[in-house]
Amino acid sequence: MRHTISVLVENKSGVLARVAGLFSGRGYNIDSLNVAETEDTTVSRMTIVARGDDKILEQITKQLNRLVDVIKVNDLSTEKHVERELVMIKVSSQPGNRSEIIHIADIFRANIVDVGHEAMIIAVTGNEEKIAALINILNPYGIKEIARSGRVAIVRGK
Amino acid sequence: MKGAKILLECLKKEGVEVMFGISGGSVIDIFDALYDEPAIKYYLTRHEQGAAHAADGYARATGKVGVCIATSGPGATNLVTGIATAYMDSVPIVAITGQVYSHLIGNDAFQEADVTGITRPITKHNYLIKSVEELAVTVKEAFHIARTGRPGPVVIDIAKDAQRTETEFVYPENIKIRGYKPTYSGHPKQIDKAAEIINAAKQPVLYVGGGAIISGAHEELKQLAEKAQIPVTTTLLGLGSFPETHRLSLGMLGMHGTGYANHAVTNCDLLIAVGSRFDDRVTGKLETFAPNAKIIHIDIDPAAISKNVDVDVPIVGDARNILTELTKRIENPSAESWIEQIDAWKKKYPLCYNQGDDIIKPQYVVEQIYEATKGEAIIVTEVGQNQMWAAQFYKYTRPRTFLSSGGLGTMGYGFPAAIGAQVGCPDKIVFDIAGDGSIQMNIQEITTAVANKLPVKVAILNNSFLGMVRQWQDLFYDGRLSGVDLVTNPDFVKVAEAFGATGIRAARPDEVRKAIDKALETPGPVFLDFIVDRSENVFPMVPAGASIHEMIGIIEGMA
Ligand SMILES: Cc1ncc(C[n+]2csc(CCOP(=O)(O)OP(=O)(O)O)c2C)c(N)n1
Repeated sequence: MRHTISVLVENKSGVLARVAGLFSGRGYNIDSLNVAETEDTTVSRMTIVARGDDKILEQITKQLNRLVDVIKVNDLSTEKHVERELVMIKVSSQPGNRSEIIHIADIFRANIVDVGHEAMIIAVTGNEEKIAALINILNPYGIKEIARSGRVAIVRGK
Repeated sequence: MKGAKILLECLKKEGVEVMFGISGGSVIDIFDALYDEPAIKYYLTRHEQGAAHAADGYARATGKVGVCIATSGPGATNLVTGIATAYMDSVPIVAITGQVYSHLIGNDAFQEADVTGITRPITKHNYLIKSVEELAVTVKEAFHIARTGRPGPVVIDIAKDAQRTETEFVYPENIKIRGYKPTYSGHPKQIDKAAEIINAAKQPVLYVGGGAIISGAHEELKQLAEKAQIPVTTTLLGLGSFPETHRLSLGMLGMHGTGYANHAVTNCDLLIAVGSRFDDRVTGKLETFAPNAKIIHIDIDPAAISKNVDVDVPIVGDARNILTELTKRIENPSAESWIEQIDAWKKKYPLCYNQGDDIIKPQYVVEQIYEATKGEAIIVTEVGQNQMWAAQFYKYTRPRTFLSSGGLGTMGYGFPAAIGAQVGCPDKIVFDIAGDGSIQMNIQEITTAVANKLPVKVAILNNSFLGMVRQWQDLFYDGRLSGVDLVTNPDFVKVAEAFGATGIRAARPDEVRKAIDKALETPGPVFLDFIVDRSENVFPMVPAGASIHEMIGIIEGMA
C-alpha cells in the first residue's frame, strides 16, 4: 500500500540524509519526497510517499520518531487530508496543434507557462488521478520532459 | 577561551573523569588543552577501536557515559566498529573526533572523512561543529541524548578551527530538544491491563534483556518475580539482572540457552518481556516462539515494540518504574505446579560437560574462574564459543558484571572493554574470557593495560580454531573446515611477556585452578593461555531456523 507520511523536522543540515537513510538502509525506494520550510522557519515539512507493507511502514514511522531532529510524524493514510502535486510537462507542439493542446490544458485547469517553436510547457496542480489523466491525454503529442514537485499534503482543519 | 579548552570544561561539567583515545593533527589542540587539565585522566590506547570499546566497557560497568577521542580521517574511521557495537547494545558513549578546517570540508583534504555521514546509521545522534559558538550547547545535548531514554553513542565531530577559535565560555543550564522526549512512566491503563493478565496467568515467564540493567531495575525485577512467583530467563545482555543462584532463575534462553529456559518459554501462558527485543538469536523460529502465550512488552523504545512479534499489552516507559507499579498490583502468584515443573526441567536438562583427566574442557575453566572469584568478578567476553561458555557456566548475580557484544557480536571487543571496566571499577576483579582468534583482534591493548598498571586478567580458551565457525562447519557443513584453523597462533605467554605483562599457560585440568589463582595474585595484566579441547562444541544449540525447544546436543540428566 502507498503511504503519505508527513514529517516535521528541524530545519538543519543533515536531517534529510537521516530521514532518507531510514528508507535506503532497508532497501526501500521513496516514490516522492518534498521538503521546504513551514510557517516557522526553524521547522521544515517533509512529505514522503512510499510503498511498502503496513508493518514495515509502521516500523519506519517509529524509527522516524526516534530521530532527534524529527519533531512530529503523521502517516496521513490514516487521517483526513488534502494532497496536491505540481507538475510541469514539456510537450511537443507545432503551430498546427497548439490550440488543441491549449484546449486540453484549459479543461484540466492547467496553465501554459511557456511556448516555443517546437514545444510548450504546461503546469498543472492536482491530485494523482488528475495528473495521470492529463499526462495520458498529452502522451500522443509527445512528452519531452516532466518535472514533478512530489506530493505535498496537509491534514484537514477541524 | 579557546574551543579546545571549552570542550574540556564542558566534559568536566558532565562529570567526565576519564577519556580513551589517540591523538593526531586534527585534535592536537584538544590534547594541548589536556596538558594542563588534571581533572580528566587520559588513557592512551594503541588503536582507536580499543578506545571506543574501552569507553563502552567503562560505560557498561559503571553506568556513566564513556568518552573516547580520535583524530580526523583514519582515527575516526577506526572508531566505527566500536561505535556500532555500542549502538547495537544501547551503550552511552560520546565519541569526539577532530575534523579538518571548516573551509576545507568537502575538498578531500588530508585526513578528511565524512564522519557524520559514516556514523549516521550507527549513532543515536551525531553533530558536526563548524563554529566554536555551537560547542558548549552541543556537548550538553550530546551527553543528554547519550544517557537518557534508550541510551546510545553520540559522535561530536569538531572542525579544527572551532577548536582553535576563542569565545566566551557559557555552559547552558538547560537545553530543549523539541524532537526528543523519552517516555519514562508507563501508561497506567496499560499497566492495569498487564497486571490483570499477570494475576490470571498460571504459567508466566519473565524474559529480561539488557534494558532492565540499563534502567537499574534489578531490585524491582526481583520483587515482582518473587511476589508473583514468576521464573526469570534473561538474554545474553540481561545476564546479571536477576541472580542466577535464585530458585526462580532459568538462566539464559535462546540459541545457546538452557533447555529449561527454552522449554519454559515454549510452554508458558504469559511472556513478560522487559527491556528485551525478540532478537532472532533468542526467538528461533518466530511462529513457534511462546506459541500459547499472551505477551506483555515493556520497553523505553516504542520502536522496539511489536517489531518482531505481535504484542498483547505494550507498555512504553522505564522498566524500573513500570515493574514497581506492576508489583503493587499483584494479587495472585503463579501456580506452584508451574515452579515444580520448572524444577523438574532443571533436573532433566542441566547444563553439563565431561571433564576427564587429560584435556581441559573450556567450560571447566569458566567454572573455575567462577569459583576462584566467588562469583564477584566483572566478566567481559570476546565473541564465539568463549562468549557462550562464559554466559552459561559463570553464575551472574549482580547487574553490570557481564559485559559482552551482543547485538553486533564484535570479536576484539572483550579485551579493550575489560580495560575500560577496570578503569571504572579499580577495586573489582575484571576477567576477559577470550578465544584465541578474538584476542588477536585487539591484542595491542595489552600495552595500555601494562602502561596504566591495570590488572585485567585474560583467560584465553585456546582451541587453535575460530571455534564457533568450526562448530557450524562441523554440524551443518559436513565437517568441511574452511578458513578456521589457527594452528599458527603465536605463543601467547611470550606475547604477554614481550609486552611487559605476565603469561601463564595451563595444558592439563589439574593446572587450571592453580593458574587462575596465580593470575589473581599477580599484579598487573595477565594472559592465561588455556590449551583446551579443540573439538568441544557449545551445547545445547537451537539450529538456525528451528523452534527453541528443538535443541541439539542436549544431555538429559537423572530426571
Ligand atoms: C569482527 C568479527 N569478525 C568475524 C566474526 C565472525 N565470527 C564469529 S565467532 C568467530 C570465531 C571466534 O573465534 P575465537 O575468538 O577463537 O573464539 P572461539 O569461538 O574459538 O571461542 C568468528 C570468526 C565476528 N563475530 N566478528
